[in-house]
Amino acid sequence: MLYREAGQFKSSYGADEAIFPIRQDRWLFAAALIVAYVVVPLIASEYWLLSILIPFLVFSLAAIGLNILTGYAGQVSLGTGGFMAVGAFATYKLATSFPDLNIVVVFILAGLITAMVGVLFGWPSLRIKGFYLAVATLAAQFFLIWMFNKFPWFNNYTPSGVISAPPRAVFGHVFVTGAEANSVDKYLFVLSAVTLLALAAKNLVRGRVGREWMAIRDMDIAAEIIGIRPLKTKLLAFAISSFYCGIAGAMWAFIYTGGVEALAFDIDRSFQILFMIIIGGLGSILGSFLGAAFIVLLPLLLERTPMALGFDVPVNYLSNMQSMIFGALIIFFLIVEPRGLARLWQIGKEKLRMWPFPY
Amino acid sequence: MEIVAFLHALLVEPFVAMWQNPEFLLEVAIGGLLTGVMYSLVALGFVLIYKASGVFNFAQGTMVLFAALTFVGLLERGFPVWASFLLTALAMIAMAFVIERLVLRPLVNQDPIILFMATIGLTYFLEGFGQIVWGGDVHPLDIGIPKSPLIIGGVLINEFDLVAAAVCGVLVTVLAVFFQRTAIGRALRAVADDHQAALSVGIPLKNIWVIVWAVAGIVGLVAGILWGSNLGVQFSISLVALKALPVLILGGFTSVPGAIVGGLIIGVGEKVAEVFWTPATGGAIEDWFAYALALVFLLIRPQGLFGERIIERV
Amino acid sequence: MIHRKAWLATAVTVALAFGLAAGPALAQNEQFVPRLVYRTGPYAPNGIPFANGYGDYLDMINARDGGVGGVKIVYEECETGYDNDKGVECYERLKHKGPTGAGWVDPLSTGITYALIERATADHIPVVSMGYGRADASYGAVFPYVFTLPATYWAQADAFIKYVAQQEGGFAKLKGKKIALVYHDSAYGKEPIATLEKLSQKYGYTFLKYPVSPPGIDQTATWLEIRQQRPNWVFMWGWGVMNSTAIKDAASVGYPMDHFIGVWWSGSEPDVVPAGAAAKGYKSGTFHGAGQNYPVIHDILKYVYDKGKGHGTRDKVGEVLYNRGVVNAIYDTEALRTAQAKYGAKPLKGEQIQWGFEHLNITTARIAALGAEGLVVPIHLSCANHEGQGNVRIQQWDGKHWHFVSDWIQPDRDMLDAMYKESALAYAKEKGITPRNCAQVSQAQ
Repeated sequence: MLYREAGQFKSSYGADEAIFPIRQDRWLFAAALIVAYVVVPLIASEYWLLSILIPFLVFSLAAIGLNILTGYAGQVSLGTGGFMAVGAFATYKLATSFPDLNIVVVFILAGLITAMVGVLFGWPSLRIKGFYLAVATLAAQFFLIWMFNKFPWFNNYTPSGVISAPPRAVFGHVFVTGAEANSVDKYLFVLSAVTLLALAAKNLVRGRVGREWMAIRDMDIAAEIIGIRPLKTKLLAFAISSFYCGIAGAMWAFIYTGGVEALAFDIDRSFQILFMIIIGGLGSILGSFLGAAFIVLLPLLLERTPMALGFDVPVNYLSNMQSMIFGALIIFFLIVEPRGLARLWQIGKEKLRMWPFPY
Repeated sequence: MEIVAFLHALLVEPFVAMWQNPEFLLEVAIGGLLTGVMYSLVALGFVLIYKASGVFNFAQGTMVLFAALTFVGLLERGFPVWASFLLTALAMIAMAFVIERLVLRPLVNQDPIILFMATIGLTYFLEGFGQIVWGGDVHPLDIGIPKSPLIIGGVLINEFDLVAAAVCGVLVTVLAVFFQRTAIGRALRAVADDHQAALSVGIPLKNIWVIVWAVAGIVGLVAGILWGSNLGVQFSISLVALKALPVLILGGFTSVPGAIVGGLIIGVGEKVAEVFWTPATGGAIEDWFAYALALVFLLIRPQGLFGERIIERV
Repeated sequence: MIHRKAWLATAVTVALAFGLAAGPALAQNEQFVPRLVYRTGPYAPNGIPFANGYGDYLDMINARDGGVGGVKIVYEECETGYDNDKGVECYERLKHKGPTGAGWVDPLSTGITYALIERATADHIPVVSMGYGRADASYGAVFPYVFTLPATYWAQADAFIKYVAQQEGGFAKLKGKKIALVYHDSAYGKEPIATLEKLSQKYGYTFLKYPVSPPGIDQTATWLEIRQQRPNWVFMWGWGVMNSTAIKDAASVGYPMDHFIGVWWSGSEPDVVPAGAAAKGYKSGTFHGAGQNYPVIHDILKYVYDKGKGHGTRDKVGEVLYNRGVVNAIYDTEALRTAQAKYGAKPLKGEQIQWGFEHLNITTARIAALGAEGLVVPIHLSCANHEGQGNVRIQQWDGKHWHFVSDWIQPDRDMLDAMYKESALAYAKEKGITPRNCAQVSQAQ
């Protein structure tokens, strides 16, 4: 009922190929954008903006990046953390070497540098597949972190190796990094970047490139036979995925925490982002957001529910219980719907088409 | 000029150092071999499960921790060693039953990556559960093997490492006999070769999975005891899984001898690299070097050293 | 089936909205303290005793004296699991709690300290990184809200060299000696390198570096190298499982334990107990006493444990890290007391307590009144000096207990102050911060 597309006719190929072919979806998307851009900045507290929404958005971006590589192109990667570190350190070097460069340009350049590094470490994918490739990308992960930790050039010779974001403005006095930056400005900046990049990704995967990726994912030999060049396609997936991860890493270091050491991007980070895309849904941009929300919000929720209900539980029990429930929920969700939260959403929509009528 | 000096330090000096001090090289290599055995122990658990069920068990490290925590927890409550071992083994078998029933069976026939994710859920669960039951403290574990230096012909060898190697040897032999000579072992190999064919000749797949997870749990217990007596039983034991991963890829996910040989190669490789290439690189390279070494082997043999050949058809 | 899935999604969403919205309220005459603790995860063995000591001391103060100056101290623990993201989240969540917001914050991890420096400075909440964090933050002109009392890693490194010189019979004897550093390959582990390198030029010893990649569960290569190089002394900047592994491996290559000195985070019971008998004779730095034999600890046993309200078990009271938690709580509450003397005995804001920290002066008489003689050393902070005097002692493990084996060693203040200032000014320049003029600050007050 709510979701009936009856009466919505498409009279052009353009309309048929739109991102949101159904009117209700367009409204929903517009409403989501209004909430994100207008309502949230008005009502959300600093705590929500700084420690929940910004990391959620940054994680979503990284998850989109990994989803392009793993969900669409089928190359399992555990090097996400390493690529995020490349983005963070490239941004730091660029921002401190060229203080006049606009921060947006710096982020984009850092993304491009990460893309190059991604291509470099993507080469083995031409020969190694599946879980073997996943573990091989760990070589990139460990090497990159070691490298940033080892060579003081990357952190401008600070004794501890921690990079710390210098204050930079997008335009005028709208600072997005550094101590003076306003949390709403930071949030809107990250939100805009994520919106633009997510739309770009959505369009990319709907087009020729995306179809090539999916062909490679589904069966690479067959794809090769029908004329898709695995070298170009796989490396392009690595490049674009790394671009996204690099920008996510840069935002993590510069906008979210403000100061990080290389170990902030260790192997745990890579796993965390992989969990997001599997839980959210492989091969789905929406799934990247849902997965990030699941991994960021659920532990907080589990931690705070007993307190909200008035139980006084020692933190260690709370934390262990949280870990147990979180684990159990992952298994539960996988059993209910192995294709992730995005698929669950789709099923929900199907249901809404009929609701409240049974047929 | 700096580049020349760097290349010299990278490509020439380490070998000169090895040449000048062969005894030290031998010592490092032996140290690496024995460490590699300890990695293999953890890798074995992965291989068993992957071989029989195609599941990449992320929870193996946590299973090692959980087994060690249970073992040491029972010891601290006054159980004798053999009883603690037996009870822990029983706990691991019980756990295998529960996992098969609640996790594997509902997810049968799903993509490998989904099963992998399910084992991650399992990891979180076991981490929380283990710490609730046994606490977050470190428990010292002394199984009576001294870690004193033993100098044989000028080369330092560790008594503890020798015992660990012997235990590992026994374990592999037992597993080999189990796989080759018993009915269950034959069934396991059949399942590993082809699930459907095994089912069609009447091998009960579910039981096989329980057995494999139980055996992996017991192998994890042995690994946990050895690592635990080395490090103290504490949360960090679960991190040895990361050391086992390069061993696993190098040896191949499906091969028991591969896990052993892989462990030895990785052990020697990373220790020699760490010791002799530290002047050129600044050290702490062993983590990524292990993966890089595995990567080199993979580029030559994409299925690992002893892995089953990947046959690709359209 | 489809129906069930839709319900599931709805239920999760509702629960999510509900759980994140609530939190308990607080009464008015209370000083709120957020407590970032790690009682789970890989570093829990170290985090548990510290958190217990800190909490027990505050409970004791509340039970015995009714708080500080009649203001009850309330706290909320937030589990970080030693994870930086969680630490930031905890801080953001708790910083506005209580009638006046967070009075101060002890991040309890070098990584979390780094992430909080900028935020807390903007929020005007003092960050007390006691014996960890950023050493150059001791230069208070650049870091007004960060306190590194009572000593930094740099101070400790200098004290170690002084101790070695004492043992060897004078600084002249250091020439030609080999001193090695085995360190956690991270921001934390790299802290002492600059100091030790600088001193090696001054005294002419050879400085060898051995990074151990975290978590450091296997150090075969490192210790074989040490056996080969035979350094006269080995220092260790380790953390968690790395410590006990290093002690075991050192024993297995036959390195003499009494020439092996760990940083104060490598010198507590969880570090030596797993290594068993091998650890006997191992030394470490410290800035406070161990054991139960102090009046203040007796009071904790009397007012907290005798009533069955202790955070931990009685036998763990007096462990090194337990006492460190107590010492941390003493410093924090003394700063609060100092601030109350100026602003009145009521709940104070972070910036008022910052004044308290900056004017903290714990004299010998005050220590006696606290019942902490021998537990803590006198300390005096100022606008420019957020560290204090940086005194360090060496303790040794006899297989059962830790004992002092040196007197308080005062590091070279001139050298350290110059190093802090140089490093802090470089930071200020990069971040565009104008340092405070400390001469003016003290006049204005």
